Order: sequence, then structure tokens, then C-alpha cells
Amino acid sequence: MSISTPPVDAPAVKPAFRSISPARKIRNGVATVLVTASFLIALVPLIWVIATVLIRGLAPVLNPNWWLQSLNGLLARQQGGGVYHAIYGTLAQSLVAAVIATPIGIMVAIYLVEYGGRGKATTRLSKATTFMVDILTGVPSIVAALFIYAVWISILGLPRSAFAVSLSLVLLMMPVVVRSTEEMLKIVPDDLREASYALGVTKWRTIVKIVIPTALSGMLTGIVLALARIMGETAPVLILVAYAPYINFNLFSGNMASLPLLMTVERSNPTAAGSDRIWGSALTLILIITIFQLIAAALSKLTAPKTK
Amino acid sequence: MQRGDRIFSGLATGSGTFVVVLIGLIGLFLLLQAIPALLHDHANFLTSRQFETDDPNALRFGILELLEVTVEVSVYALVLAMPVGLGIALFLTQYAPARVARPFAYLVDLLAAVPSIIFGLWGILVLAPVIRPIALWLNAHFGWIWLFGHGNVGPELGSNLFTAGIVLAAMLLPIITAITREVFTRTPVAQIEGALALGATKWEVIRTTVLPFGRAGYVSASMLGLGRALGETIALTVILSSSSKAFGGSLFDGGATFASKIALSFAELNNALSAGAYIAAGLVLFILTFAVNALARWIVSRGVPQA
Repeated sequence: MSISTPPVDAPAVKPAFRSISPARKIRNGVATVLVTASFLIALVPLIWVIATVLIRGLAPVLNPNWWLQSLNGLLARQQGGGVYHAIYGTLAQSLVAAVIATPIGIMVAIYLVEYGGRGKATTRLSKATTFMVDILTGVPSIVAALFIYAVWISILGLPRSAFAVSLSLVLLMMPVVVRSTEEMLKIVPDDLREASYALGVTKWRTIVKIVIPTALSGMLTGIVLALARIMGETAPVLILVAYAPYINFNLFSGNMASLPLLMTVERSNPTAAGSDRIWGSALTLILIITIFQLIAAALSKLTAPKTK
Repeated sequence: MQRGDRIFSGLATGSGTFVVVLIGLIGLFLLLQAIPALLHDHANFLTSRQFETDDPNALRFGILELLEVTVEVSVYALVLAMPVGLGIALFLTQYAPARVARPFAYLVDLLAAVPSIIFGLWGILVLAPVIRPIALWLNAHFGWIWLFGHGNVGPELGSNLFTAGIVLAAMLLPIITAITREVFTRTPVAQIEGALALGATKWEVIRTTVLPFGRAGYVSASMLGLGRALGETIALTVILSSSSKAFGGSLFDGGATFASKIALSFAELNNALSAGAYIAAGLVLFILTFAVNALARWIVSRGVPQA
């Protein structure tokens, strides 16, 4: 029986540092490639969509008449005309929605942060409200439109109108306002509230004079972003208002165009003029949304609380 | 309490209650409007594939086909979007240099700012012709699988689930990424550094710390994406074309989802009963998205550790 002795020149203990095995290196490399690739994949539709809209929509938009005229009296195949009637519709419907949704949304957020209690002390109603805001965020726009149809048109017997569209946009905008306002109110330091209470200021004055001004910058940004979000909504306009190729300033009666509605209507127009109108409107819509996003960015800079 | 205080707290609490009541009202009013139509339905609402509403005296409508198309296109879009969304979230939180992570994340969020009608038009007019060879190839080589069968619209035309799902997937990416990213950034630094100290490679760090930590967040983000996909209206209305032949489960089938069916036909309705049929479909969609969203929130509240 022979005893095998380890080679004398090898170290008794293997070195602590071993180079990473090829298999692990390869796996790491593959992961890096895949992860980077998926980011690049996300950019493909974004760049492709924006490039398409720019290339196909730039020519009609550059004509000054695009911004100053409507499509009133034009045949489907006739070039020219403009979409100011649809721009008015988009802006009016979403701004009215914002005027209604913003105060409600802010009050809900104030309730959740200031009155609903925190942590273990969260009230039942506060929990239910948080949950329902989440659910409301996920309500499809077509369901919101059907709900308004059921209440406004079927039960109250009112005609289809741009105001009905605004009402359904309220449902879509409000939860977004609640979420962003809530986040902003939460980061207002409690010290500020307590200092105010210590001076004998009542709770509601503290909220109005101290908490909201501190959070205002972020709140405004959130509201404008929510507004930009609802401008492109198409489902409500399909159901709640009929298209008009002419300008209609009255929100409460008559047909009214909006950019998404104009695009769906012109879908059935196979001529070059139809294609121009579709992509021109798409570019106009993207421009308007971009402008509102820039406004949001500017507002947050302008109204930010002064820090030394 | 002062009077001002009482009024203000009343307003705030009232608004909170209003939101809770609102969700109930949505369900209630849709139900109220749907009941008369359901009572006059000459077909089985749950198992019929017909949707004939032209004559209010002979309503025959059921949701089976709408449900099949809605679920298939949503799940297909989710299958495409989930791995890519995970990859993006990992890239933005773990791989991208801190300096560019923020602008890169903004780019992904921009996808959510593009109105869905523009996505739809791009999908059918620009994307569909480009992906046609892929569709034909899949159909030619894997046509024996029902998923790639010829379908009632066919791979030659782009107005099928195949195109719709890809467009939908692009729209889901920002939703899935946003929440997943947020959860991934909350991974405890101590865990990551611990893994690094044990000699783990970057991928091993992610597999052993970031992924287990963020799994619940990722799953619930995907569920929220699913909820969004189920209710997406206009992009699918623009892309999908309907066919007289029945839906067979192929990606090259056309058809209509709940939302696109309603959007397509609702404007032409002139009587309450026919409208009720579509409102009934809308109610099913509302219940479906409610369930999916509630489940997603439940997973978040259970599974995501708070930092």
C-alpha cells in the first residue's frame, strides 16, 4: 500500500483568488448584451413613430393655413384647409376637464395625506380611497366614456356634446392628479406643519398657506403632465361627440372636432389629402403635448421654493 | 374646531368618499344600462360568438369571441413586452452610467406620451408592411401550430393580432418599466455590495439580489400592463379588421376586442337596447380590468419590501 504524497512544489492551500471561469464570464457577457439590447429595442418604436409623423406630417403643418382655417366646405380629395377647429376642440375639451379634475384631485390628495392618517393610524376610508384611486387609474378610457354615456345621455337625456367628453376625461385625469399631488404633499416636512400649529394657526390655514405653497411646484408639474396625457385620448370623443369639419365654439351643443377624432374620421379618406390631414394632425397633437410638457418643466423651475 | 376647519376637512373627506363612491357608480350605471339589453338577448351572453345588434327586437349578442380576442392579443403583447421591459429596467438601474440613466429613462417614458391613435396608425400603415415577411415566414414554417395558422385575415394583410400585439407591446413597455425600475432601485445596497464582495459577477449580483428583491414589483407591473392592454381601445380599433369567419386563435386572425368593438360601432347606434348590448360588453371589460388591477395592487402590497 503506497501513500501518495502531494507534489511538494504546489501550494498546500489553493490561492484565495481564482480567475472567473469562462462559463461565468460568458454568462455575464450575454446578460450585458441582452439587457443593453432590450433598451435599444425600446428606442426603435419611439424613434420610428416620431420620424414617421415628422416625415409625413411636416409638409401640411408648415402651411400657415393649417393653423388658421378649418376643413369646412372642402371635399375629401381637396388639398388645403386647416385644423384650427380640431385644435380648438382638443384644447377646450381637455382644459375644461382639467378645470374640473384638478380641484377634486387636489382635495382627494389633501384628504389622503392630511386627514387620512398615516402608518397604523390610516383610516378605513383612506385605505379604500387609495385603493379606488389605483383602480380608477386602470379604468380603460372606453369604460369611462360608456359611464358618461350611461349617465349623461341615456339617463339625463342630454345630447352628445363636447362637455360630455370633458366629463369622461375628468375620470381619466383625476387619479393622475391625485397620485402626483399626494407624492408632493408627502414630501413637505412635518416640521413646517408643526411650526405652524405651534403658532396657533388652524389646520386648514396651515394646509392652504404652508403645505400647498411648499408643494406647489411639483403639484403644477403633475397637473400639466396629466393634462398632456388626456389630450390624445380618442375613445371618449368617438362615443360622446360627433365630428364636425367646421369650427364650433359651443361645448354644450353641436358637433365638435378634435385632433384624434379628425384622424379617425380621415382614416376612411384614401386620397393624398386624407393622408396629409391624418399625419399633419398627428404632428400637431405631438407638438401640443410637447409644448405642455415643456410648460410643466418650466413651471416646476419657476415655482420651486427658494432655497438658500 | 373652527368653522373654516370643519368646512375644509369636510370637503377633503367628501372628495375621498366621492372617489370610492365613483367606482361603485361606474359599475352600477353600466349594469343598469346593460340589464334591459341582457333581458332581450336571444343568445347566451357568456357563450355566444354572435354580436348582432342592428335590430333591437332581435338582439343576439355574446362575449365569447370578444373575450378570446382580447385575452389572446393582451397575453401575446405581454409575452413580448415582459422580457424587454425587465431588460430595460435592469439596464436603467444597474448598467447605464448614472449620468445618462435619467435622460434614458425619460426616453422610455416618452413612449407613454405618444397618443395611442398615433401608435395605431403607425402600426397599420408603416409597421405592418415591414413585418409582413416575418409573418409570412412564420406562417409558412410553423403554420401547423394553431398560433401561426392562416387565420381569417391572413399573414398577407397586416390587420391581424400579430401586428396589433407588437404595437401593444411597445405601448406596455413604459408601464412595465416605470414600476419595475422603481422597485429595482430600492434593492438594499448592502446586499449588492455583499454579493460583489463574494466575487460575484455583475449578472450574478443581479440574479442573487436585484431579481429576488424586485420580483413582486415586476410581476405586479406586468399585471398593470395587462390591465392596460385589456382596455386599450383606439390602437386596436385602427389596426384590427374584422372578418365574417370565426376567430380560430391564430395570430393572423383579425377580430375585435371588447374595447375596439365598442369604439367601432357605438357612434352609429340609435336605440337604447342596442347601446345596452355594448354597455354590457363594457361592463365585462370593467370587471376584467378591475380584477387584474386589484390583483396587481394586492401583489405589490404583499410582496414589495419597503425600504
